[in-house]
Amino acid sequence: MNLTVVRLTVRGLLGRRRGVLLLVVPLLLLLIAAVAGGSHGDKHELAVRLLGTLGLGTLVPILCLVVGTGVIATEIDDGSIVYLLAKPLPRWQIVTSKLAVAVLTCWLFAALPVLLAGLIVYGGGGGLALGYFTGTLVASAVYSALFLLLGTVTRNAVVVGLAYALVWESLIGNFVSGARTLSVQQWGLSVGRAVAAPGEITAHLALGAAVPLLLVVALASVLGAAHRLAGLTLAGEE
Amino acid sequence: MTTPPEAPSGVIHDIGYRGYRGPRLGRGYATRSLFTQSLRAAFGLGRSAKSKVLPMLMLAALLLPAGVVVAVAVLNQADHLATDYPQYLSGVGLLFIEIFTAAQAPVLLSRDLRFHTVPLYFSRPITRGDYVRAKCAAMVCALLVVTVLPLLVLFLGAVLAGLDLGHQSAHFAFGLLAALLYSVVFAAVGLLLSAATPRRGFGVAAIMGVLVVSQAVAKVLYELAGGHYQAGDGAAAWVYLLSPAGLVDRLVNQVCGLTPEFLGTPGPLGTLAFAAAVPAIAAGAYGLLLRRYRKI
Repeated sequence: MNLTVVRLTVRGLLGRRRGVLLLVVPLLLLLIAAVAGGSHGDKHELAVRLLGTLGLGTLVPILCLVVGTGVIATEIDDGSIVYLLAKPLPRWQIVTSKLAVAVLTCWLFAALPVLLAGLIVYGGGGGLALGYFTGTLVASAVYSALFLLLGTVTRNAVVVGLAYALVWESLIGNFVSGARTLSVQQWGLSVGRAVAAPGEITAHLALGAAVPLLLVVALASVLGAAHRLAGLTLAGEE
Repeated sequence: MTTPPEAPSGVIHDIGYRGYRGPRLGRGYATRSLFTQSLRAAFGLGRSAKSKVLPMLMLAALLLPAGVVVAVAVLNQADHLATDYPQYLSGVGLLFIEIFTAAQAPVLLSRDLRFHTVPLYFSRPITRGDYVRAKCAAMVCALLVVTVLPLLVLFLGAVLAGLDLGHQSAHFAFGLLAALLYSVVFAAVGLLLSAATPRRGFGVAAIMGVLVVSQAVAKVLYELAGGHYQAGDGAAAWVYLLSPAGLVDRLVNQVCGLTPEFLGTPGPLGTLAFAAAVPAIAAGAYGLLLRRYRKI
């Protein structure tokens, strides 16, 4: 961790009006939760739709994608990363500093709103809100690491990340049950299920499989990103 | 009178310079060139292999399922295709059309902003309006190529399989209407967002975010308003005005009379509102783009 890198990354990510733009996602979730809180009907199914499908399924991956690639890919894209790489800093420290910023931002802008939305819609009953909160915490940290790695590997990081988040997890995951095993969203859900009361959250994976997978992917992403950054070639835009 | 130590020895040679006397091709030609170049750029033609990968992949992802549908219909000697034409675009194809828009709209606009080439365009005879017009036309045409080609595959396959020609032609026409509306609306959203940022990555994420999140939000709000407990054209369907994709889907279903089977718009007033929303989005985006390029 290097505080200067952290500070510069925060400014690059949230400076100017960009932070306000990121605020749209949590505000949207809270607004819908407030509207939904007043409606009648099955509260449990409503909360699962809102927190599971909309929150963890759509908003969290997209926010993590924007943040995870935003902390590093934009700098690589416009070439200003060389000034950072020229400093006598180990490359892995740059990666961990940027990852820390990404993870904290995602927690602040995605996980916390999920908790609040859950409390608004469903209250604290059955630990549902807490379960989704924990699931989102874990999932958004791993998403951030994964998308940060993508940002160092390919110039089309955003598109590849979107393809993973939307095509793989949503589209293929709906039809091919095997695809769910390799889905960050499902790993997060299975952690959430362990926190919430039994029967509140459904997940397709056992906790014993999800936790090692989460750790392996997060660690591998950090190592991979550090390795990529160590031998980075700056390609011009074509 | 003093003489300079050396007489100046410089001379001007006549190297035969002549002014350009040929035809001036003018504004229209420049605009048309910008249009063709932008259309080619949308598919990565005339650029490196790397920039061809993504648009061609999306085109293939749209064509492949159409080929499969046709092959299944021919092999089983079915009396209808497994999917209707508009539903092919709003179902299997939608995500790929969205990714194509998100990936290629910034290619058309963001790079010109980032490398400050826009002032170079404006030093030529073309005006700001011409630039916006050419780019908009190129994006709409690129999206039309991407949406119409798979429909054409479906239609030709249906003709080859000997399905009822009248029915197929009518539904192919519905599909073409859907393709046109999707192209116009998505191009409007994509170009407007990518003109706002010189960074390609942000542009891609923003366009995808708007298209996908609006869809998810509309779906959740629809369920909240009890859409499933109403008839297909219940009042809850109004929320689909929020989502560009849902808007086009429902409008096409309603206008083409596919409603009992597929979901439509909320009542006659809703049909009017949905129909008015499409030109409103297009005109609004066009106006905002013109405003964006007024000062550069």
